[in-house]
Order: sequence, then C-alpha cells, then structure tokens
Amino acid sequence: MIRILVDPAPIDIAAEMALAEAGPDDGGAGAVATFTGLVRTDDGVDTLELEHYPGATEAALRSLAEQATTRWALHAATIVHRVGPMRAGERIVFVAAAAAHRAAALEACAYLIDRLKTDAPFWKREVRGGVATWVEARHGDEAAAARWSTE
Amino acid sequence: MDLLYFAWVRETVGRSQERVMPPDHVATVADLLDWLAADSEAHRTAFADRARLRAAVDQQFVPLDASLAGAREVAIFPPVTGG
Repeated sequence: MIRILVDPAPIDIAAEMALAEAGPDDGGAGAVATFTGLVRTDDGVDTLELEHYPGATEAALRSLAEQATTRWALHAATIVHRVGPMRAGERIVFVAAAAAHRAAALEACAYLIDRLKTDAPFWKREVRGGVATWVEARHGDEAAAARWSTE
Repeated sequence: MDLLYFAWVRETVGRSQERVMPPDHVATVADLLDWLAADSEAHRTAFADRARLRAAVDQQFVPLDASLAGAREVAIFPPVTGG
C-alpha cells in the first residue's frame, strides 16, 4: 500500500499510523518505522511556509515510495507532507514504512525522508519578526541522499 | 511552451507562469534562460547565478544543459528544501 498526501491540513498522526499498520489486505507486516518532521521552535521562526509544484511533487513522492517498496519489500509506505503556512512546533512531514521485520522498516523509513529532502519539489520560507526569507538547501542533505545510491 | 517559476525565482521574475514560443536556436534549458534574460531585467536578475537554479522538463528534474526537444512544461526553481 502506498499513501501519498500533500495537503495544507494539519497531519493526523493517529490516522496515518492506523493506515500504515493496517497495510494491504494480506497483512504480514511485523514492523512499522516512522519519522515526523516538526517546524523548529529554537531559532525564532514565527511561521514557516511550504511551497510546492502541484502534480510533480506528488509524482516524485510516489516514485520514492515505489522504489522503497520494491527495495525493502514493504507492506506499506506513507509520505504525508504539509504545505502552506504553519506555526513553530507543528508537523511538516510524516513518513512511515511497514515491513516484515524492523531492519527493513527502519532502513526504508530513513531512505524515504533522506531522498524526499533532495528529490521532491518543496521550498521553505521562514518568517521571523515579519521578515520572510527563503531557506537555503543544505549540502548535508545531498550527502544523506547519496548514501542510498545502489550503484 | 509553458514556464513555471517557484520560490524566490517566482518572486524575482514577478510571475508564477508564462507561455512562450522560443525560436529554434533555443535547444536547452540554459539556452532558454539566456533567451528569457535577453529582453527582461527581472528574468536577468532571477537567472544571474545559474549555480542556484534547478529545472524540471515535463515535471522531471533535469540538468540545465538538458534538451528542450518536445518539452511542453519547463519549471525553473531554487534547490529544493522540503522535509
């Protein structure tokens, strides 16, 4: 089961966990690993705004989920990303990977969030004290994504 | 050909999309940026530092030297910062 959602509404963790744990009808998952990204509260950001490329964003996330599902034989792969304005402390992204055993679930979860950072068209703008600035990409994100290259 | 701009590229160009008919010598994304910048101060400013630009052709990420052959939609944007 692949679930992709790009939406301005707050992320409902309980509902998403229930879907990931339920997986497809055949069951069989013994492990679900998840990652939740939050708007940082420690650097003075009042509001974070997420812009995306409608259509291309969902396609990129679906491609990542499909690659992870094949590589780790996942029962479920979930990527939920919020867009639009959000406040410090709120959830930006939720990723879940359900597999037969924990190693595959943990690796697939890390893969999904690492690759999402470099492969999906989202852009963050921070507002501090009424002043908006676009967030610069981090070089560390490229390295984190590159470690999953299979060749 | 439909052009889409995102994040600060959109703000600097001053619009989120436009439709253009580039001449035949515009063969790559980089050629397209040169062509757009030639007649527009806003485009010239937005495209000044090519190292800060990324592109997608028909919604697939491509390098700036990628061909535009058959392209219907080209997006220009900064490096992505999701997650």
